[in-house]
Amino acid sequence: MDTGSGTLIDSAQDSLEENFMMRKTFFAVAIAAAFAASPAMAQQKLKIGFITTLSGPAGIIGKHMKDSVEVALDQLNRKVGGLETEVIYGDDQFKPDVGLQVAEEMMKKNGVDIMSGIIWSNVMMAVQPAVNKAGVIMVGTNAGASPLAGAGCNELYFSTSWNNDQTPEAMGKFMQESGVTDVYLMAPNYQAGKDMVAGFKRYYKGRIVDEVFTRVGQPDYQAELSQLRAKNPKNVFVFYPGGMGVAFMKQWSEGGFRGQFPLYSVFTVDETTIPALKHAVLGQYETKFWSPDLKVPASQKFVADFQKKNGYLPAFYGAQSYDGIMLIDSAVRAVKGNVKDTKGMVLAMRKANYNSIRGKFTFNVNHHPIQNFYLLKAVAGAGGKDPVMEIQKTVFENHKDSYYKDCKMKW
Amino acid sequence: MPLTLVLEQLLNGVQFGVMLFLMAAGLTLVFGIMNLVNLAHGSLYMMGAYLTVAAVQWSGNYLAGVALGLFATLLLGMLVEVVALRTLYDRDHLDQVLATFGLILFFNELVAILWGRTALDLARPDWLQGHIELFAGSRYPLYRAVVIGVGLAVAAALWYVVTRTRLGMLVRAGASNRSMIAALGVNIRLLYTFVFGIGAALAGLAGVMAGPIYAVQPGMGELILIQVFVVIVIGGIGSIRGAFAGALIVGVVDTLGRAFLKPLLGTVLSPAAADAAGPALASMLIYLLMAAVLALRPEGLFPSRGGQ
Repeated sequence: MDTGSGTLIDSAQDSLEENFMMRKTFFAVAIAAAFAASPAMAQQKLKIGFITTLSGPAGIIGKHMKDSVEVALDQLNRKVGGLETEVIYGDDQFKPDVGLQVAEEMMKKNGVDIMSGIIWSNVMMAVQPAVNKAGVIMVGTNAGASPLAGAGCNELYFSTSWNNDQTPEAMGKFMQESGVTDVYLMAPNYQAGKDMVAGFKRYYKGRIVDEVFTRVGQPDYQAELSQLRAKNPKNVFVFYPGGMGVAFMKQWSEGGFRGQFPLYSVFTVDETTIPALKHAVLGQYETKFWSPDLKVPASQKFVADFQKKNGYLPAFYGAQSYDGIMLIDSAVRAVKGNVKDTKGMVLAMRKANYNSIRGKFTFNVNHHPIQNFYLLKAVAGAGGKDPVMEIQKTVFENHKDSYYKDCKMKW
Repeated sequence: MPLTLVLEQLLNGVQFGVMLFLMAAGLTLVFGIMNLVNLAHGSLYMMGAYLTVAAVQWSGNYLAGVALGLFATLLLGMLVEVVALRTLYDRDHLDQVLATFGLILFFNELVAILWGRTALDLARPDWLQGHIELFAGSRYPLYRAVVIGVGLAVAAALWYVVTRTRLGMLVRAGASNRSMIAALGVNIRLLYTFVFGIGAALAGLAGVMAGPIYAVQPGMGELILIQVFVVIVIGGIGSIRGAFAGALIVGVVDTLGRAFLKPLLGTVLSPAAADAAGPALASMLIYLLMAAVLALRPEGLFPSRGGQ
């Protein structure tokens, strides 16, 4: 009883205080409005909401992205598009509902002008409709959900990454052209896993020994590896992002599979997982649109500044996020700081008029980059350091995704 | 399918079961004896792995590092019990779930602050590298064979302690009727702290052994915790014997399901249907098993005698 009535009184007090606070803010706003100069004057401060995953096993990806955004802000002297900038970071906890909640809060409470970030396709599919419906531009910096590249494309949605299918398409093309046959496919059993396999098969036309889908987040692959060995394929293609990749690669190397079966992967070996895997990745092939060793001036500057500030090598997750901020910068400059001119910013973004880490590129009609994809190989790092990814060759030049024809946007 | 493959998969199942057992033994002891729902058991597993990584790096010797890491996890477990959990014994299970969930968040952030968010590498020493040939043509990783050996040894030692020693007698008595043994003059608080410490060390041992094959990363404990709860429900809450049986059953069923369900379904269904149903059904299998056990024997397969 005691605690019950106590809570009641507390909450009554809370709401009184809240009321008072609200009135105070209202007066503050009213006074500020009264003193504001001409209404035509552009706004002085830019607020960007950046959503990523900052907790749990995937938090490492969010860290790469956040650190890269900070590098971009440093290079712009903390002024995106010449405006005083505040970036508000939100943690989606790898959950679509939480991501949506964070986005709503950023737009309603913080009043952000532009949204960016997001690692996971399923989170993006929950967040993007709400953001765009509110008339706010969304610059996705990783998630590559196919609907958003196709029928679900949106004027206010831009991507500085890729469509999910493109990276495995590059691997499929490379393996097809290299005459690699008898491939065994493995991926986690969820949408992205299925997309990766579908993308791979769009360009690889040889024999497939088996397709194995494992449980999402599964830590142990010994049972599947025993099956694989029994099937004795000539080559193996896998997609195991994040912590799943660390576990898979460790067990691959522990079981003596390295050297026995050539392994090709996408989104499995990168700068977020190499520190945990070390020599277990040596010789591994990946395809990507970017690598820290890409010979593009903007990219080299980004990598150098990033390493100087953070003391480690950035992954592509970071490069895309840096690129997102630079794209926003170009758009805000084009509208001379008037970020309420959403239409003007969209028109400016479509030009991709900035120094991208991938080099000069153009946006496709669906606001996804038309870009190159490269074959990468894990080689020993200089002086006994961790292995590094090295670009071997260009697999695709100016590659368009497979969905843009379904996008009805005209510009 | 060839017999050797089935044997190898059985072995994989036993190895997975042994890992689950180490986790489940501690959890079931704590639940059965102290009547405490400890969601943070996975965090102790994670801390075991992290503390061992730190100790191996510091001492430069694998075995010394493992011993040090396990001892540190034991102390950490006792500390957590004294500082955080002691106040929870008289509360209901919901309060315990909330408080220990808080501990999960605390430990996950703690390791992220201390060691960073990148997964760490806990390398095996050279003498644990390589493979053994169990039967012609099979290459079974030596490390996993050692994991099976260690797990079975720990199970035997636990069985001995619980059934043949005075400490074990107190533990069993505590599980049956704690107010009675407190009335008989046994320091139940100290016993609880000690039992919790042992449970933590067992979880830590599972974490140490998982280190070289899984990813040592923040939140690694939650990936395995759910399966451990399934083990306890199947085996019977509070029973070490039940935890052992449950762990082996879950390990073997899950492994064999993952390996053979799809090919088996392929013999009766179309390949496309088998492709879709196989993985989905395989990941459901242990939960179906749990539901069946709950329906037929709600107390689990080996309920602890005496009950609450």
